Amino acid sequence: MRQRRGVLQSVLVATAMAGVLLTFRAWAVDPTELPDARLQARYLALTHELRCMQCQNETLADSPVDLAADLRREVRDLLLQGKSDDEVRAWMVARYGDFILFRPRFSPRTAWLWLAPGVALLIGAAVCWRIVRGRTALVDADSDPVGDDGPVQGTRG
Amino acid sequence: MNRFALPMAVFVALVVVLAIGIRHSPQKGIILSPLIGKPAPPFSLPNLEDAAHAVASRDLKGRWYVLNVWGTWCAECRAEHQMLLEARDAHAVPLIGLDWKDDDARAREWLAQLGNPYEAVALDHSGNTAVDYGVYGAPESFLISDQGIVVYKYVGPLTREVWTKEILPRLPAHAAAKS
Repeated sequence: MRQRRGVLQSVLVATAMAGVLLTFRAWAVDPTELPDARLQARYLALTHELRCMQCQNETLADSPVDLAADLRREVRDLLLQGKSDDEVRAWMVARYGDFILFRPRFSPRTAWLWLAPGVALLIGAAVCWRIVRGRTALVDADSDPVGDDGPVQGTRG
Repeated sequence: MNRFALPMAVFVALVVVLAIGIRHSPQKGIILSPLIGKPAPPFSLPNLEDAAHAVASRDLKGRWYVLNVWGTWCAECRAEHQMLLEARDAHAVPLIGLDWKDDDARAREWLAQLGNPYEAVALDHSGNTAVDYGVYGAPESFLISDQGIVVYKYVGPLTREVWTKEILPRLPAHAAAKS
């Protein structure tokens, strides 16, 4: 009898714990629910790519601070007004600057940020090409007077 | 051509670019406001001391003022309060307070206790005006021109140095007195 009560107790405790886990979603930082699933998806995407200006390495979606809650509310209201994702981003940038975007837009100010890797790659390719061509020319120059002896090796230096 | 000429040129170019970057980088951790040089976002908010009259940006047009964002929950605001009182007594430019997401009674108590440096205090209960101004932490101060343009923004507690080196020189009265 005593044992059965113990089993019953553990079952109850386990059920309670499962219940807590299931409601965890509602306990998350941001319990906002928008009326339709597509808006909700856009809301989640936007709040995950906007920075919490107060904590700076967290997204609006993840941050528990007051300001993030205010800005999430703004995102929700703008979406409910029928604004596009770009309009929401522009609204945020007009107030907080490019820094609020975790994925900065391409603009004259951020051009280097986006172009630098490509430019570095091109410079690297150009340097490689020059070195390779230089060595090939060396091989060609050496092999020319020799005639049909086939490829010449060890012509460096 | 010397074979080191190209790498050297690249290195020098890199040094120049980084030097420019460091020289022009704002104070560490301070985010430049996109509002500088733009019209100050309009507001019309309840007045802490005078329930009958709102504090409205359109009523402030034609005058220079400093919009100081504060709150009684903000420890740094206490640190700058003495400076604000000094600024009030110097009469260079009026201070308008923006009490950000605060309790009115607590705000009144704060001003009664520490002194009131503000010409008027606007109550931003919802935080919407602060968001319009891109405020991300109190205290923040905005210098707004007679044309209603945001001329300068300072993040953090105002100091005498910031006041004399950044705020005063931007005022037309100061420029007139100097010339």
